[in-house]
Amino acid sequence: MNNNLLPLLVVIPLAGAFLTAFLGTTLKENIHKKLLDLLVNLSSLGGLTIAVLIATTVFNSRTILTYNLGGWMWPVGILWRVDALSIIFLVTVNFLGFMATLFSVGYMEKYTDKWKYYSLFLLLIAGMNTVSITGDLFNLYVFLELTTIASYALVAFGCEADELEASFKYLVLGSISSLFILLAIALLYGYTSSLNMVDISRFLLNNRMPQSLLTLITTLFFVGFSLKAAIVPFHAWLPDAHPSAPAPISAMLSGIIIKVLGIYPIVRIFFNIITPPAQFFKIFLYLGALSMLVGVLLAVYQWDFKRLLAYHSISQIGYVVVGIALATPLGVAAGLFHLINHAVFKSLLFFNSGAVEYATGTRDLHQMGGLQNSLPATSGSCLVASMSIAGIPPFNGFWSKLLIILAAIQSGHYLIALIAVIVSIITLASFLKVQKYAFRGEKKFGRYHLPVGMNLTMIILALACLGFSLIMIPKFYTIILDAAQQVVVAGPAVFSNL
Amino acid sequence: MVVYLLNFVLFGCGVYALMTRKNIIKMVIGLSIMEYAVNLFFIFLGYKTNGQYAFPIFFSDQKISFNQMVDPLPQALILTAIVIGLATTALFVAIAIRLYEKYNTFDISRIRRLRG
Amino acid sequence: MNKNEGMSLIVKTITRLTVGLILLFGIYIVSRGHLSPGGGFAGGVIIALALVNLLLAYGTRGLKKFPLMAAEIIETIGALFFILISLFGLILFGVYFYNFLGTGRPFNLMSAGIILPANIAIALKVGAGLYGIVVALVLAKSLMEKK
Repeated sequence: MNNNLLPLLVVIPLAGAFLTAFLGTTLKENIHKKLLDLLVNLSSLGGLTIAVLIATTVFNSRTILTYNLGGWMWPVGILWRVDALSIIFLVTVNFLGFMATLFSVGYMEKYTDKWKYYSLFLLLIAGMNTVSITGDLFNLYVFLELTTIASYALVAFGCEADELEASFKYLVLGSISSLFILLAIALLYGYTSSLNMVDISRFLLNNRMPQSLLTLITTLFFVGFSLKAAIVPFHAWLPDAHPSAPAPISAMLSGIIIKVLGIYPIVRIFFNIITPPAQFFKIFLYLGALSMLVGVLLAVYQWDFKRLLAYHSISQIGYVVVGIALATPLGVAAGLFHLINHAVFKSLLFFNSGAVEYATGTRDLHQMGGLQNSLPATSGSCLVASMSIAGIPPFNGFWSKLLIILAAIQSGHYLIALIAVIVSIITLASFLKVQKYAFRGEKKFGRYHLPVGMNLTMIILALACLGFSLIMIPKFYTIILDAAQQVVVAGPAVFSNL
Repeated sequence: MVVYLLNFVLFGCGVYALMTRKNIIKMVIGLSIMEYAVNLFFIFLGYKTNGQYAFPIFFSDQKISFNQMVDPLPQALILTAIVIGLATTALFVAIAIRLYEKYNTFDISRIRRLRG
Repeated sequence: MNKNEGMSLIVKTITRLTVGLILLFGIYIVSRGHLSPGGGFAGGVIIALALVNLLLAYGTRGLKKFPLMAAEIIETIGALFFILISLFGLILFGVYFYNFLGTGRPFNLMSAGIILPANIAIALKVGAGLYGIVVALVLAKSLMEKK
C-alpha cells in the first residue's frame, strides 16, 4: 500500500499549484482569498501526512520502497526509490513546507497577487519531493530545474529594485550550474548508455571509466551542485538572494532548498553511483572548512538582519560539508544530523526576521531595539534559535556540532576540529550582537499583535529545536541516522539487492 | 571529431558573450548560445558512426531495422531541456524589463546596489 | 492609439488570410506526435506564434479577440488536463501514468494510448503560455512608455 502513496507526493502539490492558478485567475479577489489559503494549507498538510506515513514504513521495517512509473520496468522506465537517506530529506521538505504555508497566510498580506505566490510555492514543494525520491538522473535534472526556476521567480516576487537585482544574479549563476550538470549527465549517458542510478552504478562496477573522463565528470558535477549548495568559491549569489526574498521563501531557500538541490545529489552521486578520484574528498573537506571560516567572518560585521543570517547559512553548510566529506560513519551521520538541525533553526530565525519586519518595517539592526516586550513569541523563539545555532546544550545544534568535531578528531584532522570550535565561538558572538541590538536595549516600539499563523509557526519550530535533540537517544539514532549513514558509506554496493 | 570541436567553439562564443558584454540583453543571448551548445552535444552523442545512420521513425513499408537507427533517447531528453531553457530565458527577459523600469539602464555595471 | 496601429495594409490582409492556415498546421503537428517528428511542444509553439503574428500585424488592437486572461485560463486548463490523464491510470488501474487507452493498429492515428491526449494537453499549455509571455512583455513595455 505504501508503494502507491509515492505518486501522491508529487501529484498533490502539482495539482494544488495549477488549481490555485486556475481559481486565482477566474474568481474575483475577495471570493478566493480565504479559499486559497485553506486549499494551499491542506495541500502541504497532505504532503506532510504522506511523508510521515512513508517514514514510519521505512523506519519500522528497513525496507526500500520502489515504484516503476507507468508500469515500465526499470532500465527502460523511470524508477522511484526511497531508502533511509531519502526519507530524511522528504520529511524535512514537507515539514518546512507546511510551516512556511502556515506563516505565509499572515505574512503575505503585504504583497499583492497572493495566488501567484501560492502557485509557485507549491511547484517548489512538488519539485523538491521528486528530487528526494527519484532513482533516475534525468528525472532529477528536470525537477531540479523546476524548483530552481520557481525559486528565481519567488526571489523577485516583491519587484523592488533590490529583489530584481538579487534574482538576476541568482538566475545567471544558477543557469550556468544547471548547464554543467546537464553536460555531466550527457557524458555519463554517453559512456554507460543508461540514465538509471542503479544501472549506472552496476555498470561502473564492472567496467572502469578512463581516468580523464572520470575527472571531467566529477569536476562538472561538483561545480554544478556546489553552486546550488553555496559552498565557498561559488557562494556569491546567496548573500543577495536570501535577504531580498519574502521571509517564508528565505526560510525555504536557506532551510531546505540549498540542501535538497545541493548536498543530496552530491551525496547520492559521489558515494553511491560513481567512485570519484581519491583527491576529491580532500578538496571537498578543505572547501567545507573554508566555507565555515569565510561565512562567519563575513557575517560578524553585517548590520542587516537577514544578510547576517544568510552568511551564517554559508558557514553552517560548511559544517555539513565537513561532516560528510570525512566519509566515516560518525562523520556522515553527524553531517546529516546537522543538516536536519540547521533546517529547523535557520528557518525559525528567518521566520523571526520576517515577523520583525512585518511589525516594525525595517531590517536594520541599528533601528531596532527593545522588541522583547513588543513581540514576546518572536523574541522567545529567537533566543531558542540563537542558542541552537551557537551550539549551547541542550538544544539540537550542540549535539550535531559535537559529533562533527568528534568525527574530525577521530579521523586525525585536528586543524579542522579547531576551526570548527573557533567558528562556533564567533557564531555565538554574532548572535549575541543580534540579541542585544534587536531584542534588548531601549524600547522603541509598542506592543504588536501578529497574526495567529505566524505565532503558531514560531512556537512549533522552537519546540522542534528542543525535540530534535531527542534523536540522540540510541533507539532513535539507530533507526534514523544510523540507517542513513549506512546507505551513504556502503558505496555503490548499496544498489546490489534492489 | 571535428563536430565536437566546433560545438566547443560555439560554447566558447556563449561564454565570451556572457563574460565580456555589459548589456543585459547581450547576456541573455550569451546564455542562450551556451544552452544550445550543450543541447547539441547531447544529440551528437546519439549518432551512429558505422555509416548506417537512419532517422528513428518507422514507416509501414520500410526495411530498416532498429539497429541501424540513431539513438532516439537523447532527442526526447533534449526536447525537455529546450523547454527548460525557454522558461529560463523568458524569466530572464521579464526580469530585465523590470530592471530597466527601476534603474533606467540596461548596463550591468551600474546595477550594483547590493554589496558587502 | 495611433502609434499602435501595427503594420501596413498589405501585411494586415495577408495575415488575416494565413493565420488560420498556420493554426491548422500547428494542430496537424500536434496530432501526429506519435507518428512523425513534432508532438506537443513543437505544435504548441507554432500555435502560439500564429497568434503572435496577429498581434504583430494589428498592434494592441489585436488583443481584443484573445485577451491575456483567456490565455491564463487555457494554460491552467491544459496543465490540469495533463494531471487528470496521469491520475486516470492511478484510479482505474493502480499504476500512476499507466497507458490505459491501449494500442491500436500501428501507423494509425489512434495508436499509442495516452500519448495523443497528453500531446494535446501540452500543446494547450505551451501555446497559451508562450502567447501569454509575449503579450505580458508587450503590455509591460507599453505601460512603461506611458509613465
